[in-house]
Amino acid sequence: MIAIIDYGVGNLFSLKSSLKYLNVPGIVTADEALINSSSKIILPGVGAFGDAIKRLESIGLIPAILNNVKQGKPLLGICLGMQLLFERGMEFGTHKGLGLLQGEVVPLDANMGLKIPHMGWNSLDIRQYHPLLKYVKQGDYVYFVHSYHASKCSNSLVATANYGIDVSAVVANKNVMGTQFHPEKSGSIGLKILKAFCELGA
Amino acid sequence: MLTKRIIPCLDIRDGKVVKGVNFEGIKDVDDPVALARYYNESGADELVFYDITASVEQRQLFTDVLKKVAEQIFIPLTVGGSIKSLEDFDRVLKCGADKVSINTGALLDPSLIDRAAEKYGKQCVVLSMDVKRVNGKFNVFTKGGREDTGIDAIAWAIEGEKRGAGELVVNSIDTDGVKGGFDIEMLKAISDVVNLPIIASGGAGSKEHFKELFQALPKIDAGLAASIFHFKEVNIMDLKQYLKQENIEVRL
Repeated sequence: MIAIIDYGVGNLFSLKSSLKYLNVPGIVTADEALINSSSKIILPGVGAFGDAIKRLESIGLIPAILNNVKQGKPLLGICLGMQLLFERGMEFGTHKGLGLLQGEVVPLDANMGLKIPHMGWNSLDIRQYHPLLKYVKQGDYVYFVHSYHASKCSNSLVATANYGIDVSAVVANKNVMGTQFHPEKSGSIGLKILKAFCELGA
Repeated sequence: MLTKRIIPCLDIRDGKVVKGVNFEGIKDVDDPVALARYYNESGADELVFYDITASVEQRQLFTDVLKKVAEQIFIPLTVGGSIKSLEDFDRVLKCGADKVSINTGALLDPSLIDRAAEKYGKQCVVLSMDVKRVNGKFNVFTKGGREDTGIDAIAWAIEGEKRGAGELVVNSIDTDGVKGGFDIEMLKAISDVVNLPIIASGGAGSKEHFKELFQALPKIDAGLAASIFHFKEVNIMDLKQYLKQENIEVRL
């Protein structure tokens, strides 16, 4: 069973539905016992970095997430959930992240004349093989909505998308993974990525 | 690179699509779930659902439909029609909508844009406007394009961005239904003054019209249409292959 962590940020309807569509048992939960007994964890999220970390802290789930990761359980962060995996976030001040991946989360540069948020379908430039992308081809399109991005994270970088700069699109280090885009909104490609995540270690 | 988006729009009444697609052998497919699946498979980048019902009971039917679509179709869904409060936002977001489009609701109370952006994030708030030429300027119309508000469309677009809209849908009443092409002049006037993603609507009659739109106005992100897709005058996959050949970035 996959635990989708419910900490009051963002819309979990599609994520829950996509697991159901893949016939993978999933549960939206903030219950530590359920998270501990799950086979994998998804950390979703939409909103601001600082607010999200505070919410995770206030429901007391940070130690449980870190413990599960330590024991080798696969964790997938999506969008803001991916950003929280890093050391720091610079959204409305500097906030400490979960520190599971090296790097920091900084604003996309509006001075480049690009529209912020980076919203829409963009193609993946896969830099290195990762089982999460085993069903995905170079150049496949996925759906992004974000105004901040992970930087100084070259040692976990798996794929990027070009939006004036190379935006970190997929990051991974051992059992900790993240996608800046929304696989649950990226059509058949997104479903393939979720399927690959569900199959990890199987 | 970010692609241009092609977006079909479905009007829903009594839980059914108004003006359904004519599939071969079956007349007027009006099941929103079947139609959403058809559009998803033919390469639509996003779907827009407009609730054109009036009563509370029908509204319940609309959210049931939305839920069914969102359980099976995993591309962005925008919902509009009768959105006048944060409770309305909540109601459709809980059923799987990703973005909520507001039109009359924002004209009646512009602070709805601010409040919704603060609560759900800018990316969730789509400001939709119906625009028509009046005495040489562009005015915003309401009540389905029947009533002139006297509000200047360019000023309204700027205000919408300032208040926190994350995207604009700009529909030209002058070109709507004419199938003679998008309203390039009006869309240019608006895209020149805001730095938001803009969805152009009104006037598409052929593949060439989408090419004209994206080539003339690089700041336009998406083209929206209803009847030409519903009546299969333009197939979305054909359209996207054509745009690709014309060096316009699309998701294939």
